[in-house]
Amino acid sequence: MTDTTAPGGSLTAQKAAQDQRGEEAPQYFASKHEGYHWTAEAPMFLYAVWYLAFLYIPVLFLPLFSFNDSIYVAFPLKGFSLEWYGDMVSTQQLLEALANSIKVGGAVAVLSTILGLFAAKAMTRYVMPGKGAITAFIMLPLVVPGIILGISLLVITNMVGMELSLYTIGLAHTLVSVPFAMLVLISRLEGFDKNLEEASLDLGEGPFRTFFRVTLPLAWPGILASLLLTFTISFDEFILAFFLAGNEATLPVYIWSQLRFPSRLPMVLALGATILIFSFFIVTVAEVLRRRGVGPQSGSAI
Amino acid sequence: MARDDYISMRNTSKHFGSVKAVDDVTFDIGEGEFFSLLGASGCGKTTLLRMLAGFEQPTLGNIFIDGQPQAGVPPHHRPVNMVFQNYAIFPHLNVNRNIAYGMRKSGLSKAEIDRRVDEMLDLIKLPGYGARGAHQLSGGQRQRVALARALIKQPKVLLLDEPLGALDKKLREQMQLELRALQRDVGITFVFVTHDQEEAMTMSDRIAVMSLGKVLQIDSPARLYEVPQVKEVADFIGTVNLFEGAIKGREGDSTIVDAEGLGTVRSTASGAEAPEAGPITVAIRPEKFQLTFSEPETSGNMVTGTMQAAAYLGDRSHYYVTVDGREAPIAVAAQNAERQLSVLGQHHERVWLTWNDDSALLLTA
Repeated sequence: MTDTTAPGGSLTAQKAAQDQRGEEAPQYFASKHEGYHWTAEAPMFLYAVWYLAFLYIPVLFLPLFSFNDSIYVAFPLKGFSLEWYGDMVSTQQLLEALANSIKVGGAVAVLSTILGLFAAKAMTRYVMPGKGAITAFIMLPLVVPGIILGISLLVITNMVGMELSLYTIGLAHTLVSVPFAMLVLISRLEGFDKNLEEASLDLGEGPFRTFFRVTLPLAWPGILASLLLTFTISFDEFILAFFLAGNEATLPVYIWSQLRFPSRLPMVLALGATILIFSFFIVTVAEVLRRRGVGPQSGSAI
Repeated sequence: MARDDYISMRNTSKHFGSVKAVDDVTFDIGEGEFFSLLGASGCGKTTLLRMLAGFEQPTLGNIFIDGQPQAGVPPHHRPVNMVFQNYAIFPHLNVNRNIAYGMRKSGLSKAEIDRRVDEMLDLIKLPGYGARGAHQLSGGQRQRVALARALIKQPKVLLLDEPLGALDKKLREQMQLELRALQRDVGITFVFVTHDQEEAMTMSDRIAVMSLGKVLQIDSPARLYEVPQVKEVADFIGTVNLFEGAIKGREGDSTIVDAEGLGTVRSTASGAEAPEAGPITVAIRPEKFQLTFSEPETSGNMVTGTMQAAAYLGDRSHYYVTVDGREAPIAVAAQNAERQLSVLGQHHERVWLTWNDDSALLLTA
């Protein structure tokens, strides 16, 4: 008896709910016509819209004007053109600067991720005196103004007689990238159980093998994130590169040098737009990889 | 020939700052023994286990395994393997590779290792699970894989850190029996850490009861329950009524004690070492009392009181009886051997308790 009435009962309940919703919806629209329907969330929503617009609209001008058929960055738009993109790929200096940036960024990413991994491992796995002080010391470049850091590094490179080159830029970038790498990797290493490393030791593998068979595979998503993050930091960095560049410029330094010539501005916009798309692509790839890496492990971390 | 001192703790201490996690313990564990470390959390049992595994170094004293001093021997060179509390199954490896993890340096061929892994899967009753990922296993299955991963190494000693804590009650009870049977089969010495006294008593040959870094007593489950050496052990293992009292004298084998609420008590319980005179604690287990609703005819120990509360638990009933001269009610447990639907008695009804001379244990006050 109850079995046959139960579905009927629930169906009526569903229908009633539908009816209710049906009644509610027009009311909602009606109230909108009468005037704006203020709720507690409305100011926050408005704030969020303003915030996002403020953040992204200026950025969107970059690709917009990069297709504009005029050397003046001003409305109204003249017409569609790919001229500036053509300029971009045919400018030898620009391509060299891009190559320099990629070289430095790649080296910085690898170096600072390795250093960050060791630091993160020490911070999360070992008990040692003065841990707080050491962490603070490694984090310091984050809060030292770039211009101060740039000047002091310039002084030091002169003192030790190092010639300014891509190497000096790379070292400076590593200095500011290590804290980021360390933070990313600490959160990753803290995310998995240290019993796993102990289990490996317990099963007869020494610390070295344990690092390669357990720590590294488990930290891999973090390592990837760290590589991409530190590459981006180096690729974007201007002040240190400006102070420490020798004859070879990185991309931001090259862009800066081109801003002096108004006729070059549209090409710089095209470059900026390209970098924007490229960065967006890298971040998306990194995020997809990160989620794929975390997925099955989070299920087993219970 | 099985050794009695296969594992030896000699004045072993571990200090973390000013905290003495393990405080000067000395005892032996026999070869092939199922030995449990039992105590409340923070009593030092896990620290002791981690010192055996080599994850912690003793601050003072020594540890010997099979006669070899273990000072300075790192975990990966010790003849012990551990099953971790959360199992620590490698999440990036499947079941086969988890079990085979420690076999890299065994010198065996790939085919031989595969054969042993299959053997292990049979042993833990998970045949055909080899290709599964770690995240596809249930709690009980993970526990078995952790066990197989350790046992395939054929360690001299298997260390188990509360391996059943995360399982639900039914599965836990089943695993207790399986683990005990497995230990008998493989003949490896098991050192088992738990805070669950029932679990320890179900499985162990001997149990070390720990509190505040000290080992209070090491004995068989039955002796721990029936002949506790100190008040803490009597109180920790099962339920016990403790009565403050004073020794009045001796009559042959019996000690005559004046105890609060019980009056004059005659005790012939042997085993526990009690002083010749002065203050003493009398310990009587709830089930050692016989409760009657009319005055029994006996010349032995007896006290009368009023029923404070009663609880019917199916197989047994619990009663709480208030007596003159004692604030806390006496806990009494009675088996419900016959079907009875209304045996609990009335609130404040007068009842009589009797007990045998050898049920009253004398412990240092």
